[in-house]
Amino acid sequence: MATQTDPDGAPAPPAPAPPPRPPAITVSGLTKNYGDIEAVRGIDFEVARGETFGFLGPNGAGKSTTIKILCTLARPTTGRATVAGLDVVSQRDAVRRNIGLVFQDTTLDNYLTGAQNLRFHAELYAVPAAAVEPRMRQVLDMVGLWDRRDSLVSTYSGGMQRRLEIARGLLHAPHVLFLDEPTVGLDPQTRSSIWEYINELKAREDITIFLTTHYMDEAEHCDRIAIIDHGKIVAIDTPEALKASVGKDRVQIQTGDDAAAIKELAGDFGIEAGIHEGAVTFSVESGEQFVPQLFARLSVPIRSVSVSRPSLDDVFMSYTGTTIRDAEASASDHMRQMAARIRGRR
Amino acid sequence: MATQTAQPGEAVTADAALATQIRVAVPQRSLRSDLRAISIVWRRELIRFRRDRLRAVTSLIQPLLFLVVLGTGLSSLAGASMPPGVDFKTFIFPGVLAMSVLFTAVFSAASIVWDREFGFLREMLVAPVSRSSIVIGKTLGGATIATFQGVIMLALAWIAHVPYNPVLILTLIGELLLLSFTITAFGVMMAARITQFQAFMALTQMLVFPLFFLSGALYPLTGLPGWLSVLTRIDPLTYVVGPMRHAVFAHLDLNPLFVAHLSPSITWLGWPVPIWLCLAIVATMGLSLLGVAIAEFSRTE
Repeated sequence: MATQTDPDGAPAPPAPAPPPRPPAITVSGLTKNYGDIEAVRGIDFEVARGETFGFLGPNGAGKSTTIKILCTLARPTTGRATVAGLDVVSQRDAVRRNIGLVFQDTTLDNYLTGAQNLRFHAELYAVPAAAVEPRMRQVLDMVGLWDRRDSLVSTYSGGMQRRLEIARGLLHAPHVLFLDEPTVGLDPQTRSSIWEYINELKAREDITIFLTTHYMDEAEHCDRIAIIDHGKIVAIDTPEALKASVGKDRVQIQTGDDAAAIKELAGDFGIEAGIHEGAVTFSVESGEQFVPQLFARLSVPIRSVSVSRPSLDDVFMSYTGTTIRDAEASASDHMRQMAARIRGRR
Repeated sequence: MATQTAQPGEAVTADAALATQIRVAVPQRSLRSDLRAISIVWRRELIRFRRDRLRAVTSLIQPLLFLVVLGTGLSSLAGASMPPGVDFKTFIFPGVLAMSVLFTAVFSAASIVWDREFGFLREMLVAPVSRSSIVIGKTLGGATIATFQGVIMLALAWIAHVPYNPVLILTLIGELLLLSFTITAFGVMMAARITQFQAFMALTQMLVFPLFFLSGALYPLTGLPGWLSVLTRIDPLTYVVGPMRHAVFAHLDLNPLFVAHLSPSITWLGWPVPIWLCLAIVATMGLSLLGVAIAEFSRTE
């Protein structure tokens, strides 16, 4: 905001200042322990208003724990977080009034119709009576479910249920919408249609969106993303900037003898390679120029080659040393252990 | 969007910049918003009950079996100790009414466990309303449904030769409502702790049958051996079945001696407990259980 000065150079009388736009979300020094397991180990970030901010990481990285703290469903062990300028611990109810939530698992009542689910929500959030009907129509139109509003939710497909949940999360016009893995468990076509609705929503409402995902392609929809691994943020920037920071092409080859190929790459080419997703994987400055050399000099038979431009996968790999799918596999043991502990506490 | 947080009382404000968007300001939490929450949780129970006709029918079967089959079958045996002209079915009718309410109320409370398994409980628990309004709404909803089941059973009073006297009917409905409330509150309290549906049903069944059998629903509370006499006085259901049977027998044209034998006052070491105290005990119990249930649900994150 530029301050005005008059021709004499004297400061102008204070103009009616536009209301400050504090960040939608601030997080500082946040940690969360479950027993002796550190789910979140000291994270700091801010999300500007109107931004779509993505939390990217494998399962068990601390995404869900962070979102739970921001939604007032879990208390931080240490550190502080605010949402819409309100403290998530001391102003819990006020935070709840200002956020919309769409969880990973469905929280709809299958025995009610779509409209009845929304009306239930409107009453719980004390939406002014006169606004309930028009607002219901608006959010249902937005997700394309107005015609199906009087059908029981049990007759909805998985994608329709997720859309209804998004509509419900928006019903009370929250400042921040939290989407925890909004497309998990949906087929690719439904996933992309959900993203169409989310993008339309960004265009129509002045809303901040905070989402978690472990799909790389979804993170591309975000204005900024934070990569989280083992409870810590390892990188935070726009998807483009993150990809530019990696800068190298990724080469994956399938060979007759992976171990020998890795050895030869290290010896003859001076390239460090590893096995990821069942193929010998490494990064080089220019993939197209490197592949002919590879065929000429590698003694191990090559069955297939793929070269890819830096993607968020590579960004993830360069910051964490593993691909997200490999990380998922090793994290699942950790998750089971953690889930068992949490259950044990209840 | 002009302001960060909504001011109380601020209703819908038109937003020129976003003409298509309907602005909604969610007001501060107040007694009124808590009442709205209670009301919608209560209404949801009724909507779901109306959808589930099968449940309404099946929960009538067990009490009807007790009344018609057990009542008829045992009447040849029990008939010997019944005064002439009094059917054994008339005697057990108040107990059967209590039974129909008992099972429906417990099952209503089980819906919390169900909601938790299917995720809907979370939608309620993350809302900006007090936990007590959710628990109260659930309890009132369950109590309403259970009372309704009792009223259907009451409509079948002719089977047991119980007269359709308006005063009697209203008295019985009031007592059924009280019982429904207390049992639902008990179930809701259990549902706060028990998170698995199977475990909840197993545990409540295990508790409900002793409650029923010890209440004097099927036998008079006179001339019992000491141990059973003590157990019947501990059973809260006794304090509803007793007053209900008292009301039924007061509307039959009978010799007071028979009434004293079949529907005696509940006594504590020989002191007859007045009807109002019986009902006050049940009400106090219901309110205390509700208090515990609210505390339990407020404790969880």
